[in-house]
Amino acid sequence: MTMPVTQCLLKLHEDHHNLEDYQGGVPRWCSGCGDNAILAAVQRLCRDEDLSPERTVFVSGIGCSSRFPHYMKTYGFHGIHGRAFPVAEGIKMARPDLTVFVNTGDGDCCSIGAGHWIHAIRYNMNMTVMLHDNHVYGLTKKQASPTSPIGFKSNTTPRGSYLNALNPLTVTLGVQNVSFVAQAVDWVPEVLYDIISAAYHHRGFSFVRIIQRCPEFLPKMFESWLADPQKTLLLTHANGLTLTPELSRTYKNQLAHDPSNIDRAREIASGEDPIPVGILYRNPEVPCYEDVRHAGQMRTPEHIRVGLEAELDRFTVWPKNAEPAQRAV
Amino acid sequence: MNETMTMAPAASAGRRPAPGASPNEAVTLAEHIVEVISDSGEGAQRCGQSLGVIAAKMGNGIWTTEIIPAEIQPPARSVAGASGIRIRMGSGKVTNGGDETDLVVAFNEQALLGRVHAGELKAGCTILLESMWRGHRDPKIVASYVETVELLHKGGFRVYEVPLEDACSKLVADSRRGKNMFVLGILCSIYSLDLDLARDQIAVTFGKKDAKVITVSQGLLDAGHAWAETNLDFKYRIPVVPVTEPLIVVNGNTALGLGVLASGMDICAMYPITPATSTSHYLSECFERIGGLVHQAEDEIAACAFAVGASYAGKCAVTITSGPGYSLKQEVIGLAIMAEIPLVVINVQRGGPSTGQPTKAEQSDLLASCFGSHGDAPKVVMAVSGIEDCFYAVITARKIAEIFNTVVVLLSDANLATAQQPFPRPQFTEDWLAPPVDQTPVPAGALPYDWDSITGIARRFVPGQPGGMHTLTGLAHDRASHVAYDPTTNEEGLRNRSLKLAALQKTLKTPSVFGDPEGDLLIVGWGSTRGAIEEAVARARVDGLKVSSLHLTFLQPMASGIREILHRFKRVMTIEMNWSDRSEDELIDEDNRRYSALALMLRSRFLVDIDCWSEARGQPIKPATICRVIREKLSS
Ligand SMILES: Cc1ncc(C[n+]2csc(CCOP(=O)(O)OP(=O)(O)O)c2C)c(N)n1
Ligand code: SF4
Repeated sequence: MTMPVTQCLLKLHEDHHNLEDYQGGVPRWCSGCGDNAILAAVQRLCRDEDLSPERTVFVSGIGCSSRFPHYMKTYGFHGIHGRAFPVAEGIKMARPDLTVFVNTGDGDCCSIGAGHWIHAIRYNMNMTVMLHDNHVYGLTKKQASPTSPIGFKSNTTPRGSYLNALNPLTVTLGVQNVSFVAQAVDWVPEVLYDIISAAYHHRGFSFVRIIQRCPEFLPKMFESWLADPQKTLLLTHANGLTLTPELSRTYKNQLAHDPSNIDRAREIASGEDPIPVGILYRNPEVPCYEDVRHAGQMRTPEHIRVGLEAELDRFTVWPKNAEPAQRAV
Repeated sequence: MNETMTMAPAASAGRRPAPGASPNEAVTLAEHIVEVISDSGEGAQRCGQSLGVIAAKMGNGIWTTEIIPAEIQPPARSVAGASGIRIRMGSGKVTNGGDETDLVVAFNEQALLGRVHAGELKAGCTILLESMWRGHRDPKIVASYVETVELLHKGGFRVYEVPLEDACSKLVADSRRGKNMFVLGILCSIYSLDLDLARDQIAVTFGKKDAKVITVSQGLLDAGHAWAETNLDFKYRIPVVPVTEPLIVVNGNTALGLGVLASGMDICAMYPITPATSTSHYLSECFERIGGLVHQAEDEIAACAFAVGASYAGKCAVTITSGPGYSLKQEVIGLAIMAEIPLVVINVQRGGPSTGQPTKAEQSDLLASCFGSHGDAPKVVMAVSGIEDCFYAVITARKIAEIFNTVVVLLSDANLATAQQPFPRPQFTEDWLAPPVDQTPVPAGALPYDWDSITGIARRFVPGQPGGMHTLTGLAHDRASHVAYDPTTNEEGLRNRSLKLAALQKTLKTPSVFGDPEGDLLIVGWGSTRGAIEEAVARARVDGLKVSSLHLTFLQPMASGIREILHRFKRVMTIEMNWSDRSEDELIDEDNRRYSALALMLRSRFLVDIDCWSEARGQPIKPATICRVIREKLSS
């Protein structure tokens, strides 16, 4: 079917999406919750990339942060606690044509879903992952999470938490097949946007840990970081972040880091103060599991019939002299 | 039926093969049960499987059952190491493994003892025993061998010592690996099977290997046959009904795999677990060739979630597991039910609880399947009762899952997993297949959970459909898929998810009664026990007992008409392979007795005083055992 040029242009215009096309329900997060900033950045990204809402799926687990898909106007899958990754993998395997995002909390990803997290890195399926790391269980009202700092007083650790925090960056960087790791903070929206955008453009499992404020349960946690820009270490590189002059003026603590250098990435990732922000690692060469497995093949009924008949042939006992001549033993 | 019983038990126990002895006319038998027993790795199973196929080709009914050692790496020549296969051959259709064994070929006396101790050999059973151990250089082995043979003689068994090693070493370098084909030759001679068919079967079995392997194996076959012809003084013939249509010979797990292919499902997600895994092995080998895919996930939770994700975005997917894996999947199954995502879950049951008995058959996951997953989680539960059923049930399960947007649990068990029984080659039709993924625009104003007021069914919106965008959730939700905590919406969701089972139930046919429609006793069963129950009922009816049986494929929902059937019998009893309290135990009374699963379900639904008899011995219930139970029940 051919279409006159004017109509094509009209259609293009119609198909172009605005911010409202991605705005779903009104967010019910606490005011000042870092999740709001992440939502804003993602909606902007969808608009800028002109993602088709019907071909985009946001997958999450359970937690405050996992409410995320409800606030998008795309397809969403708000599943169960800890299992966002395998659900997203199944979606991607069945439908590699869909754009898949995963929103997960530090409890969801690093505690109950930790096994899936490790394997999701290995599978390296093409999806953009946002770890909303608020260092606490928000939805269930203030229990220690694996990323809570030691000594953190919560409802389950009233005398302070007992263990050192798990570092999601070094863990991710330690897994075979890791292909993209970045860190962002919710309170620098421009950089947050740039990093999520870089993650989206990377083909593979793009893991972004976002340090996310939870004013409800950890109101003072990141105060000093907000007050002192020197406590944020911006990673810059021609292949990484390029900063606007204004940002460069505020965040003077900068480090040139080549994201292809995994050893250096691991070193930087282990630093907690200042917080490294930027792209730590990127390797576009790691194969994606859905490609390795040839996902998304079209199967016609004829294709299935022929395959099934061939399999049945292997197990068939033919009546004497009725064996089909063409059958290859 | 049981003509084998007329076979004379060892008149002169302890015969040696008589060189030159030519058997008289072959004795005609209605059926016979043969076992080939060895240490694992000696090819007994391949021998038995070939024997089964050859007999099937000739027109015998067969049922083969694998004998799996109790330990993973049992020491050689040990009682616990008995590995092998049992083949029941009959002149008509064979629906189960039958009672005790009539003839056994054993590669060593210890593995054989394993079978004797298990009570698996019929009194007077014929034993062909590898005689090499008599001349072994280790005097302990010689002593053990001699002592065992002595014991067997005394026990009334008809023992033939056969120089397997000796004969085979003349033909092959590694006689340990060639014996099985020599034994196949012996068995072909004993059961008067067509040697040409056997040669062809060897060519098929070793088709992937080089021609030399085939020639050598055929040589061993011929040698075994010749040896038996000259050295054995008996021969049987089981009348055949010539095969007129192509038959499929596979075990239950392969049949499940073929069913997955035929259902048009694209994705199977699994985590290895016995006894379900061989289905995935089979699928891994062939599924990709026709555009499907097996994903081995990091655990069963992930496998189930992966399948749910795949179903949500495309066609209904399947996840396959056994007991412990089924437990792990429960939460995700609940999600699929709540969010109304089609999903097929195959559970090849094994002994439980916990790690239980991985290689043994049990029917103890029925209640977990029907009522498992927290909250009210209505799902469809079906059970397969034979090998052919394994194939077609997957196709049905996929259809139901997709029509009703719900979870269908398909129960098989370790018994069917490895049992082989021929069935007519299926004739493919396109309506077995899943329809293509709907990508048409959703009409304006349509809602993702627009439940039909009568059936509770709602059309599913799939990613990619313009206008269908919504966020699916495992939280209580309204028709727009918005999270809703108000009591009315909550009940609306519960009502509609529950109604779907009723809607399916209205389409189910009343299962037919085996035997008269009324009588003194009705036996009710489900799953793999069907063949044994019906055989037992048939035997009891020949003896004049007014007993019938009913076998359920749909356990949830149950078809209409069952209530009326139950009421037409004076007594009703389930027979199941799971645990139920024994009334003779001191503490057990009507107030605390735990009934077996199906009995519990039937009692609660139909308010009929249904008794149960169950056994959890890890192996298929024998028809003779059921006959005894029937008699006891009728005389109590
Ligand atoms: C199987 C299971 N266990 C526990 C819970 C309760 N639960 C819900 S959210 C949550 C933790 C949420 O913390 P996190 O993932 O960090 O997300 P946040 O709320 O902080 O965004 C827990 C324990 C659950 N829903 N399911
Ligand atoms: S509790 Fe914390 S994480 Fe949850 S919405 Fe409120 S601020 Fe955000």
